[in-house]
Amino acid sequence: MSVDSEERTVRCLVAKVGLDGHDRGAHVIARAFRDAGFEVVYSGLHRAPEEIVQAAVQEDVDVLGISILSGAHNTLVPKVIAGLREYGAFEDTLVLVGGIVPDEDETELKSLGVAEVFGPGTSMAETVEFVRANLPERA
Amino acid sequence: MDRNGTESGDAVAAGDGHDELVADLLAGSHRALARVITLIEDQSPGYRDVVSALHPHTGSADVIGVTGAPGAGKSTLVDKLAAAYRDRGDTVGVVAVDPASPYTGGAVLGDRIRMGSNVGDMDVFFRSMSARGQLGGLSMATADAVKALDAFGKDTVMIETVGAGQNEVDVVRTADTVAVLVQPGAGDDVQTLKAGILEIGDVFVVNKTDMDGAERTLVEIEEMVHRREGDTAGFDAGHHGAVAGGARTENDADAGGWTPDVVGTVANAGEGVPELIAAFDAHATHLRESGELVRTQRRRYAQEIRTLVRADIGALASAAIERRGGIETLADRVRRKETDPYAVAAELVGPIESCVDDAVDETAGE
Repeated sequence: MSVDSEERTVRCLVAKVGLDGHDRGAHVIARAFRDAGFEVVYSGLHRAPEEIVQAAVQEDVDVLGISILSGAHNTLVPKVIAGLREYGAFEDTLVLVGGIVPDEDETELKSLGVAEVFGPGTSMAETVEFVRANLPERA
Repeated sequence: MDRNGTESGDAVAAGDGHDELVADLLAGSHRALARVITLIEDQSPGYRDVVSALHPHTGSADVIGVTGAPGAGKSTLVDKLAAAYRDRGDTVGVVAVDPASPYTGGAVLGDRIRMGSNVGDMDVFFRSMSARGQLGGLSMATADAVKALDAFGKDTVMIETVGAGQNEVDVVRTADTVAVLVQPGAGDDVQTLKAGILEIGDVFVVNKTDMDGAERTLVEIEEMVHRREGDTAGFDAGHHGAVAGGARTENDADAGGWTPDVVGTVANAGEGVPELIAAFDAHATHLRESGELVRTQRRRYAQEIRTLVRADIGALASAAIERRGGIETLADRVRRKETDPYAVAAELVGPIESCVDDAVDETAGE
C-alpha cells in the first residue's frame, strides 16, 4: 500500500470552545495536521467544555488542540482539563492551546497542564514538530 | 446461548497486560472502550486477544449501517437517530468511517460536527475512524469496533460510511440492517444505485423530502425496490406486488424475503425519524423471526474467518519472500530467465502447504 504505517498514527482533536466564531486558524491547523499524516477530528464551532471532553475521551486522541480567540481561556481551558482528569484521560493527552493568550495567562495555563501555547505567527511546521517530539507515551 | 460460545466463557485471558483493559471495558469505563477501539484500529500487539475476550459478551446490540452519497445527510440523520434512541432509553454507539488521504495517510474526520443533539451525553459513544488505506482491513476493524461497543453494552450501534466503493459496501455489510440514503433530484444517482448499493439496502431513506423532486424520487425508489423483489421472487410476487406500492403482502413474508421499506425524512428537522426507527425495528424482528439472523451471522463470521486466515497466510508468505532476499530479487531472477513466476510461487508456498498437510495428518491420527 502507499501508506507505510511504521510509526503509529497520531490522532488529534482540533477544538473550538465557547463563544468564538473565528475558525480560520483551526481550519489551517487541521489541514496542516492532516498533511502531516495525522488523523484529525474537528469539533466544529461553539463547543462547550464538556463536549470537548466527551470528544477527546471517545476519540482517544493523542493531542487536543484548543483554539481560542475570545479571551475566555482562563475560564474554559481549566474546565476541559478537569474533565479529562475525571475520565482518566489527562495523563496521555497532549493539550495545546492556540490563540491570543497574554504571557501571565500562558504561565498559569502551563501550570494547569497545558503543554504549550501557540500565539499568532507560529509556523505550522513548528507546531507539527512540537507534537511529534512531545507525543505522550502509550502503554 | 451465543453469549457462551466458548467453554471458558468469561475466563478468556486477553494477555499482554490487556486483561485489565477488558475488565474495565466490561465494567463500563468509557476510557477503556476508547482505548480498545484504538488498539483495534492500530492492530497493536495483543489486540486480537482483546477482541477474542470480548466475543462472548457480544450479540445483544442491534447493528445498523447507514450509507449514501456525500452530502446526503448521513451524519445529521445518525445524530437525530441517536437522540431518538436515547429518548426511548436505549444506549447508542456510533462508528463513523471517513476516507483518508492516500498520500499522507492523514484525514480530517468531520462527522462529529453534526452530533449536536447528543451534547455531553456519554451514553452516546461516537467514534470516528479513518479508512487508513488497509485493503479489506477496514471492514474487519469496523466489525471489531462494533464488537467492542456491543460488549460494552450498547443497545444500538450505528455504522456510518460514504457509499463509494467495494470497501465501504463491505463495511456497511457488517451491520444487521442497512439503510441507504438518497437525496431528491438525484436522478442519475438513483441509476447508479442499481449497481451494488441497491442490493444491500434493507431500508431506503429519501432524505430532504422538503426539497423539490422528493415525491418523484420516493416513487422511483419504490419502483426499484419492487422490481428487485420481482427479479428474485418470480411471477407470484410480481402478481401480488402490483397491488399497492409500499404495502407488504403476506406472500412476501412466506417467501422468507424482505421487501425494503422506503422512508422519507427531513433529517435536520427530525421529520420521519420515528418512522425510520420503526422500519429498523421491523427489519430486526423480521431477521429474528424468519431465521435470517442466523444466516446473516453465519455469513458474517465466515467472512471474518476468511479475512483473518488470508491476512495471516499472506503475512507468512511475505516473510518467506523476505527470507529469500525480497520480492525484487525474486523478480530479477525471473527477468533473467533463471526461473519463472510459477516456480517461485510454488517454491514459496510449498513449505506452508506441507505444514498444513502434516497438521491434517496429525489430527487424523489422533
